[in-house]
Amino acid sequence: MEVFVQQLINGVTLGSIYGLIAIGYTMVFGILGMVNFAHGDVFMVSAFIALIAFLILTSWIGAGLIALALVVVLIVAMAMTALLNWAIERVAYRPLRGSFRLAPLISAIGMSIFLMNFVQVAQGPRNKSIPPLFSEVIVLFTVDGYDVTVSYKQIAIWLTTGVLLLAFWYLVSKTALGRAQRACEQDQKMAALVGINVDRTISITFVIAAALAAVAGTMYLVHYGVVSFADGFTPGVKAFTAAVLGGIGSLPGAVIGGLAIGLIETLWSAYFSSDYKDVAAFSILIVVMIFLPQGLLGRPEVEKV
Amino acid sequence: MRKILALGLALSSALGLGLSGTASAQVKLAVGGPMTGGVAAFGAQLRQGVEQAVADINAQGGILGQKIELFIGDDRADPREGVSVANKFVADGVKFVVGHFNSGVTIPASDVYQENGMLVITPAATNPNVTERGHWNIFRVCGRDDQQGNLAGAIIAQRFKGKRVAIVHDKTTYGQGLADETRRAMAKGGLKDVLYEGVNKDDRDFTALISKMRQARVDLVFWGGLHDAGGLIVRQMRAQGLKAPLMGGDGITDDEFAAIAGPGAEGTLMTFSPDPRTNPANKAIIELFRTKRMFEPQAYTLYSYASVQIFKLAIERANSLDPKKVAEVLRSGMVFDTVLGSLSFDKKGDVSEYVVGGVKKDRYVLYTWRKGPDGRISYFEGD
Repeated sequence: MEVFVQQLINGVTLGSIYGLIAIGYTMVFGILGMVNFAHGDVFMVSAFIALIAFLILTSWIGAGLIALALVVVLIVAMAMTALLNWAIERVAYRPLRGSFRLAPLISAIGMSIFLMNFVQVAQGPRNKSIPPLFSEVIVLFTVDGYDVTVSYKQIAIWLTTGVLLLAFWYLVSKTALGRAQRACEQDQKMAALVGINVDRTISITFVIAAALAAVAGTMYLVHYGVVSFADGFTPGVKAFTAAVLGGIGSLPGAVIGGLAIGLIETLWSAYFSSDYKDVAAFSILIVVMIFLPQGLLGRPEVEKV
Repeated sequence: MRKILALGLALSSALGLGLSGTASAQVKLAVGGPMTGGVAAFGAQLRQGVEQAVADINAQGGILGQKIELFIGDDRADPREGVSVANKFVADGVKFVVGHFNSGVTIPASDVYQENGMLVITPAATNPNVTERGHWNIFRVCGRDDQQGNLAGAIIAQRFKGKRVAIVHDKTTYGQGLADETRRAMAKGGLKDVLYEGVNKDDRDFTALISKMRQARVDLVFWGGLHDAGGLIVRQMRAQGLKAPLMGGDGITDDEFAAIAGPGAEGTLMTFSPDPRTNPANKAIIELFRTKRMFEPQAYTLYSYASVQIFKLAIERANSLDPKKVAEVLRSGMVFDTVLGSLSFDKKGDVSEYVVGGVKKDRYVLYTWRKGPDGRISYFEGD
């Protein structure tokens, strides 16, 4: 029991990070019907921006005010990553919007490789690390000498994910911007005819997706303490899988998909063996896809006539 | 048919002439290793060591009066990339290769080198199968994991008698190989592991495994793998309050291990070959690395340097640039004087004892990671 609770804590933390990245995939897919394969690398770049901001800040103000420094780091990372993703959409996707379906997809893969190589050359091929922060843990309860612990970082990750999910769910379902996004999702030409600025709505979607990726990137850096230029790939693939599992296009679906993958990986490692955890996670994905092709919370595709 | 044959012959002889024409100007030597990716720290060791050796040899007039031309290949620690790097070296006309770092990359790459008549010295690939396959063309200046695992297993069985030991590996040729050798030696010493598992080498999250190790109340974690994942495991162990030390092999030998692991790296045990930096005869060359290249010649840097030295000595003894003849010299039992001390190779291509200043050195030694005089955590011989 105590071990199970500990593993749940581990799994929810991992799943929250997957979920936050997955929201970015799902939002862009929702509005453009395009898989933004560069999103994992945008996440990686945001972690690097956070790293650089963190190193600059801590060398300025010393190690005393780490909590304050992290807030500033988060804001800087969100702003700069948002700018980057805005530029990516402008340069790589918008000119291809009218062309055949595969063109933006190839453009996204190219952008992904571009970002990875750019960071590799600009920041070097090695792992970058920061010292462990907020290492204090809270002991929830103890059974037979086994402490069930949770760290402040883990609590911060859960809360951030929960709050951001609620905020963006509200944004998409209740505000004018959200209405515009849903309108563009259904029919861009029609949305334009009723006075929605389609280009602007799509740009804002990319900006939001990047800001969320930056939150995930900053938390990833603080939680794991290490980032390298290749780190966009694996979390990116897992998050994309999470988005598909949860039902691509659905915000809560992305987070639920992320949590599901995080928990399957963790519980499989805990009760069977970590050797086969990816095999397990992806086998379950295949089974879910066979019986629920639209994902857990996705709407079945409606044929437009 | 005969026409085609004749044409082919003419073509191949023309090509052959072309190749030997360029080769006579320069000795083509290559270094292959993970220049980018999670273990780029080791690629840097190989590259820095070889570059310095080539610069030094060229400054003294080269090999047989010819300058060395250096090629660099990035295998990203990936066996498939390793094969394509090897093929690129073939196309470049390289005859002598220093590399690679990962055993899992070295083994398939050495097949390509054998097919194309190229000679390889690996400074770092320790899996027994690197030299056990009967290839004429592969040699190594580092030890083997059966030797390393024997030492590690014996130390664990002796120091952690009756304690609970977990064995974790990264599922690679090197990592799992070392873990299995160590496990075997531990069992011989009368100690059985309480947990044996593999993880993905590119993973960042090991919390599930660590919670499991806490449940098993382990006193020591033996890690068969490289420094990046190993460092993260230590870091996350400390974050969960698991205080057991980690023990690793030569794959964690870079100061980046301590940077990733954080302060919890202190007390980590490690087996590695003798550190050539402790040999007073190498003082000048170590200074050269530190001042001119701004690079600490740790771990496999000087092993890579020595690989180039051995190529030079063997080519000069053979008085030929034919890799087959040079391989015969290497296998003849000739003693080479290198920065590692004097050494020779056995029939398989494995290195004999290193003799430094007339004293035989063990092939593997125990190191401990602790704070050095400068306050940074690094590895030091003994406890």
